[in-house]
Amino acid sequence: MIQALRDVAVMLRRNLTHIAREPLRLSDVTIQPVLFTLLFVYIFGSGVPVPGGYTAFAIAGLMAMTLATSAIGTGIGLSADLATGVISRFRTLPMWRPAILVGRSLSDLLTATLCAAMVAATGLAIGWRPGSIAGAVAGFAIFLLFSYALAWGCACLGLVGSSPESAQGLGLVILFPLAIVSNALVPTAHMPGPIRAVADWNPVSAVTAAARNLWANPNPSASIHAWPMQHPALAALLWSAGMIAVFAPLATLLYRRRAATGH
Amino acid sequence: MAAGDISMIQAEGLAKRYGATAALAGVDLDVPAGAILGLLGPNGAGKTTAVKILTTLVMPDAGWARVAGHDVVAEGMAVRRSIGVTAQDATVDEALTGRQNLVMVGELSGLPRRQARARAAELLGRFSLAGAGDRVLKGYSGGMRRRLDLAASVVTRPPVLFLDEPTTGLDPASRASMWQVIRELVADGATLLLTTQYLEEADQLADRIAVIDHGRVIAEGTPGTLKAQTGGTRLEVSLSLPEPGAVAALTPLVAGPIAVSEDGRRLRAGVLSAPGLATAVVRALDHAGIAVDDVAVHPPSLDDVFFALTGDSAGSAQTREAVVS
Repeated sequence: MIQALRDVAVMLRRNLTHIAREPLRLSDVTIQPVLFTLLFVYIFGSGVPVPGGYTAFAIAGLMAMTLATSAIGTGIGLSADLATGVISRFRTLPMWRPAILVGRSLSDLLTATLCAAMVAATGLAIGWRPGSIAGAVAGFAIFLLFSYALAWGCACLGLVGSSPESAQGLGLVILFPLAIVSNALVPTAHMPGPIRAVADWNPVSAVTAAARNLWANPNPSASIHAWPMQHPALAALLWSAGMIAVFAPLATLLYRRRAATGH
Repeated sequence: MAAGDISMIQAEGLAKRYGATAALAGVDLDVPAGAILGLLGPNGAGKTTAVKILTTLVMPDAGWARVAGHDVVAEGMAVRRSIGVTAQDATVDEALTGRQNLVMVGELSGLPRRQARARAAELLGRFSLAGAGDRVLKGYSGGMRRRLDLAASVVTRPPVLFLDEPTTGLDPASRASMWQVIRELVADGATLLLTTQYLEEADQLADRIAVIDHGRVIAEGTPGTLKAQTGGTRLEVSLSLPEPGAVAALTPLVAGPIAVSEDGRRLRAGVLSAPGLATAVVRALDHAGIAVDDVAVHPPSLDDVFFALTGDSAGSAQTREAVVS
């Protein structure tokens, strides 16, 4: 057990060293969130009327969207890692094998934290406020938990695809609609029926609505009768826990299977 | 293997298929403690597959193997605690420094951080990498990378070492220095299995050689006994001009028929090695009034062994084989 934790720590430190060597890799969690936040608030915001103001409404949604797209990085990073020779070295060492996956998920949780902080900082600069300190912290915690769950899902994509490019392609195809068909950027009330049903049950919507409540931001979804919109915090926790419970063991299984075929 | 010796690598009937190709078709191995086995064969013969099974990277379809007394399938973790592996491709982290790589391997092998650091420093010195230890690997030469890879596989002083083609792609000087490093490693008493397609390398390093082709061991023995199986020393003479009388002049000195090249200037024959053979050849030809450009007496090489065993040279076997490694 202690050896397993140590192995995870070693892998985490290795991944952070990689980032330190090439800080530009972080552009998708530093520059991109700032850019997206400004673009969406000033472009979309000018055309989407939301009671309480678009900026106050949009920051939670933008955080959900940028975290979802940055989770793709887990699949890309893992896939690139598996293509390097050092993985065969790891597999001949008496280490806890899942440490490679767990270490990756934790280093990506740190970069996700940075991503959320960049959106929040941009939001604060343009007038968004996250309510009480306790509420602000709880809202961030829900986002980071969700981001951790998404990272395990993307890890599975990285292990299924044969190259970092395919992990990126698959990730975008799944996560971009997931982020858009939700209450993140636009209230769902006027969406066409079936799309609206998907949006109201989308985990991204639950997480976003939960954060809006916790941050005392405008949350038009509160008037929607779908169960997740009435209990967004609980729904967000259940979604995240469920995704981790499914995708973490699946990723471990996929990693084992991939290792056994010698690739 | 003498009675009473402990066998550190043992395999019986190892088989592995990849699709329609049999990478291994029933391989038996037995390497006693402290010995060096050279697994010799062309590309695609099954060497790498054998190493992958013995190092727990791949499961065999049939047969069993024990390394340091542990079954490679049922006791993978115990096997991994006893082995050091240098695979064919560099298995080091390109984005870390040499030192960071060695510390990481030490820690992942269970060494406390301080011990892992001390061992890394010691190994950097021993493998002539002290000056480059804090540089990122992207700036390393091929030879440096291989030395670091080798260093990474001995961090925990494992009793059994596997080196899969450790000098493939290195220039002759780096190869010679690798050989020196490998000799020093086994001087500490480690058991070594080394794969190579260089006949000279097996001859230089191994106590015993297993020749592998088409997934089977087709011959096994000491380098000496293998060479003895293949006829003896060869004589090659180059003349300044074609001379029909040269065959008659050489006949008393050689064993067996003399082959003459198309241009009539090169003659080849098997000979019984004897002191002063080259002198006698030059004298006999000079006596017949024939001018000689070059005389060479070749001791039997492992290339000849391979040719005698497979009816094919290692080089043409490479082009013949589908690559399964």
